[in-house]
Amino acid sequence: MKRRTSRTRAFLFWTLVVSSPLLFFFFFALAAASAGPPTPQVNTTGLTVTDTEVTVGQLHSATGTMAISETGSIQAERLAIDQINAKGGVLGRKIKIIQEDGASDWPTFAEKAKKLLANDKVAAVFGCWTSASRKAVLPVFEHENGMLYYPTFYEGLEQSKNVIYTGQEATQQILAGLDWLAKEKKAKTFYLIGSDYIWPRTSNKIARKHIENVLHGTVVGEEYYPLGHTQFGSLINKIKLKKPDVVYAIIVGGSNVSFYKQLKAAGVTADKQTLLTISVTEDELLGIGGENMVGFYAAMKYFQSLDNGNNKGFVTEFKNKYGAKSVIGDVTQAAYLGPWLWKAAVEKAGSFDVDKVAAASPGIELKTAPEGYVKVHKNHHLWSKLRIGKVRADGQYDVLYESSLIEPNPFPKGYQ
Amino acid sequence: MGGYSLGELKSILVMQGFNGLSLFCVLLLMALGLAIIFGQMGVINMAHGEFLTIGAYTTYVLSTASARYAPWFHTYYFFFAVAASFAIAAAIGYGVEIFLIRPLYRRPLDTLLATWGLSLIMQQAFRSTFGAKEVSATLPDWLMGSVKPTENIDIPINGMFVMGLTIVLTASIVLLLYRSRWGLSVRATTQNREMAGAVGIDTRKVDRLTFALGCGFAGVAGAAFTTIGSTGPTSGSLYIVDTFLVVVFGGAQSLIGTIASAFTIAQAQSTTEFFLTGSVAKVLTLSAVIIILMLRPQGLMALKVRR
Repeated sequence: MKRRTSRTRAFLFWTLVVSSPLLFFFFFALAAASAGPPTPQVNTTGLTVTDTEVTVGQLHSATGTMAISETGSIQAERLAIDQINAKGGVLGRKIKIIQEDGASDWPTFAEKAKKLLANDKVAAVFGCWTSASRKAVLPVFEHENGMLYYPTFYEGLEQSKNVIYTGQEATQQILAGLDWLAKEKKAKTFYLIGSDYIWPRTSNKIARKHIENVLHGTVVGEEYYPLGHTQFGSLINKIKLKKPDVVYAIIVGGSNVSFYKQLKAAGVTADKQTLLTISVTEDELLGIGGENMVGFYAAMKYFQSLDNGNNKGFVTEFKNKYGAKSVIGDVTQAAYLGPWLWKAAVEKAGSFDVDKVAAASPGIELKTAPEGYVKVHKNHHLWSKLRIGKVRADGQYDVLYESSLIEPNPFPKGYQ
Repeated sequence: MGGYSLGELKSILVMQGFNGLSLFCVLLLMALGLAIIFGQMGVINMAHGEFLTIGAYTTYVLSTASARYAPWFHTYYFFFAVAASFAIAAAIGYGVEIFLIRPLYRRPLDTLLATWGLSLIMQQAFRSTFGAKEVSATLPDWLMGSVKPTENIDIPINGMFVMGLTIVLTASIVLLLYRSRWGLSVRATTQNREMAGAVGIDTRKVDRLTFALGCGFAGVAGAAFTTIGSTGPTSGSLYIVDTFLVVVFGGAQSLIGTIASAFTIAQAQSTTEFFLTGSVAKVLTLSAVIIILMLRPQGLMALKVRR
């Protein structure tokens, strides 16, 4: 009996000795995980969230025509997520990325969105670039109740519970720019040109209304050229003939390069002609060559050369990660805001649930944005400023003008 | 056109005339290489645009290299770039003919698919090598800007350069085809491959050289287009449709047809563009081409070939 007891004691003792490090480790792990609230509490809809990790999706074109533009967004979102993880993640959970390639093909975007939401159950998706890709995935996001952070400046006329638009909608980008032209350049006559698809056409429609009804100027020409058009000789001659005060240009893609090179070759330079574009960021300038556009203006919310502490830090970190030669355009910066806005909304909601994040989003402020202060409006767009930049030969912009904070208005009355 | 002085209208007329000619040269320049390959060999080369891109990237690489290592050379590098583009594109074309085209000569639809696949591979290769973003070759100053014969007239120098290059290339291809031994064999092979082979022409060799030459011409066009267009992995695809349009409309196998077709399309395009707008002009030009091809499927000028 005695012996038995001592044996039992010995057994208990050794069990304790062996298991105590394990137990200790277990408690320690539990303590580490409980830096954030327990998973069942922050995830009631079956998203891929564990005690230590939360999974998000990234959906851009890494291949195909649009890779030119979307690469910057992919990089910026990754940078933001790395920075958030380095600071401890969201609600104590590290962000894990599943990246899908939309391959510049709109049905592929819809398919991959479905995969990310239905199979991978990601908590949020950072993605899309063109309006066409956004329109393709929108029904998927609404049906599967996902959350999309969309970075590009776009034509407006859209609003969804399931999308946060981190770029500017058309009125934010257009109206203040036209006002600046009217005031600073005494512009009265405008020549509107664009690539032939929804964004330039809708934007020019808004511009025309504003020019005619508010500024009391005249539109002396409005023209569209097919995407990928490379010969602008006739257009340039018409511009020379009509001598507008301002050429208002919304040409995109490879056409951009042809247009500005031919404009310069035809002797239409900044000392003779004022030109304002809303489609040429630092990314496009790489292809056009700064020397071919010197002195022309662009209206955007962000330029790489913005002089503030947030932006300097952002530019340095971006270049450290992606090389000293990389440039940052408006959309790249807007893409960078996505993960930060999502983090802020999740923390405000205290939950990863899409409904709660969507409801918590309006009113979210970001004082650390490279572009300065931004705030989410209840229509899920951002309050932001408009800046006018003047092209320098080195492919950067000199920022000449900065508006006050502009309220997003995706369904502008009197402009449709 | 009220409210404009006669002088202004006159200078616009001159510039618009030049614009039409310059568009003609651009179309002809990009179509020349394809006219040889498609016209003479019957190979539908969907990767033609990518051979243009090879020329453009060659120019870009040389521009960057000369700016960094030999600034004094930068003024003249462009001529060298044109030659290098020809050599590199032709060499790659030579290889492609051996490995991809030759096994498929009797199957035109398969070459279409194979060369389209090749174009995708090449695009991705450009993207992996040079990055997805567009690049810009720094052009020597003498190529930019314009000549001003009078106050209101600006004639772009790059347009004149493209024009000059087109004339030189067209002349050399005409000479090659009609005044050289190689040209004789090419024409013989085009007209009757079996007979040409029977009289001792090495048709395989003719094919290889023809394909390489066509690709080389595409490379030259690509180098020239860096002065007026973009350089990116998919820049070539901007030109491929127009290129086929010109060659098919002109009538395959006829070099004169290609020239005539480039001229017609360019003039139609630039005139309608001036009086209407860009997209409408494209629609009208394409409809006209379709109607003419329906009435005359062999194209503007067709070589009389016994089949």
